[in-house]
Amino acid sequence: MKVLIPSALRSYTERSEAEASGSTLAAVLADLDRLYPGIRFRMIDEQNRIRPHIRFFVNGEQARDLGQALEATDKLMIVQALSGG
Amino acid sequence: MTLNIENPAAKTDGSRQTLLMVSTRKGAWFYYGDSARQTWRTDGPHFLGHIINHLLLDPRDGRTLLAAAKTGHLGPTIFRSTDFGRTWQEAAKPPAFTTVTDGSGGRAVDHTFWLTPGHADEPDVWYAGTSPQGLFRSEDGGVSWAPFSCINDDPQYRRWMGSVQDGTPDGPKLHSIIVDPRDAAHLYLAMSGGGVHESADGGRTFAPLIEGLEVVEGFAPEDAMFHDPHCVRLSPSNPDRLYQQNHCGIYRLDRPADQWQRIGRSMPAAVGDVGFPMVVHPRDADVAWVFPMDGTSVWPRTSPDGKPAVYGTRDGGETWQRLDAGLPGSQAWWTVKRQAMTADSRDPVGLYFGTTSGELWMSRDEGRQWECIATHLPEIYAVETAELA
Repeated sequence: MKVLIPSALRSYTERSEAEASGSTLAAVLADLDRLYPGIRFRMIDEQNRIRPHIRFFVNGEQARDLGQALEATDKLMIVQALSGG
Repeated sequence: MTLNIENPAAKTDGSRQTLLMVSTRKGAWFYYGDSARQTWRTDGPHFLGHIINHLLLDPRDGRTLLAAAKTGHLGPTIFRSTDFGRTWQEAAKPPAFTTVTDGSGGRAVDHTFWLTPGHADEPDVWYAGTSPQGLFRSEDGGVSWAPFSCINDDPQYRRWMGSVQDGTPDGPKLHSIIVDPRDAAHLYLAMSGGGVHESADGGRTFAPLIEGLEVVEGFAPEDAMFHDPHCVRLSPSNPDRLYQQNHCGIYRLDRPADQWQRIGRSMPAAVGDVGFPMVVHPRDADVAWVFPMDGTSVWPRTSPDGKPAVYGTRDGGETWQRLDAGLPGSQAWWTVKRQAMTADSRDPVGLYFGTTSGELWMSRDEGRQWECIATHLPEIYAVETAELA
């Protein structure tokens, strides 16, 4: 599926869009980490919680659960949000 | 991930250079001093926009740099360079607590706060202290990190660490990780809050080292939970001597004794003996420096009365001298954080500090005269120095 990458993570992907696969949000992020080592830990902590200033949107709707099911035709947007000055 | 820096640092000739490594809330800078420490060449920013809590050069190989980084959005990591910042490689496994799977929750590293190279006999070992408080070790030069469960998951230590609310405003810190240069298995560390602790077995076990330290009035000094060491330093010329800047005063400890002595009592009453950093002379264990701050009323944590000054002792803390020549005489409301003051190894010793207002200051005569190297930097978190042959 198509994954939109925020500017803060483009040092990993070197582009604003990436392709990753998986049947859940967690699986897609694991695939992204396989393609771009280290990128997942910048978004998901060691307790498998989404970091405070990272948001995921699937087809425009916020996804708060890493177990959320995804389809190959979905569009995942990773957002860097509200981290202050 | 590799970051390519377009302005790499490079030695210009064969002369001796002093390197300053400046970590800030918005990136890192290198300053290369000439052999007389008169002029400084700027290399930076590195990691612009990243929060760099600590960056230092491995004194064992003279080429490995580690930087503790995070950003406002992204989680914490460690970057490593072996070419003075021309390229940086991210750690394959940054410091992270053990994943908890029993549903009880678990801690996550917010940022790595402190980095310490290991003993000279363990050339690839590094230690890291984090917020929330955790101790981590790398045995491969900073590429991969593993937690020390005896600290991180021990119920007694977890109690002493308290919760996030028991720490400093941007999170409780494990800091001042010290390796005895005579014995790789002899370690010290400090926690804000949580006290000073010592290990004689390479970190398999730790025990509190808090006798003689005062705590905020009304709390029990025998409970490590109430102790707030700000910075602990071992004397390079006498590893049996420790100095400490604490939330409740300046202390000295001469081992094998385990009773800290409050040497800040002889500081001027109007200045007090509260501050963050502590620096010890590289060759004279009786000489040390502090940077007092205002710890009265609501704890402004600014220079007392807006008049910044280093205070130095040349007799192990019996007496202190104010060292402010060249510093602003009034209306300067900054202070210096615990990692942001350091000394080089030259003779006379050069002293350096970075301010919360983004100024970098130096003295090439052990504090007698100060001059500003840089202004308008972001808030400075750490200043380290190294000599490049």
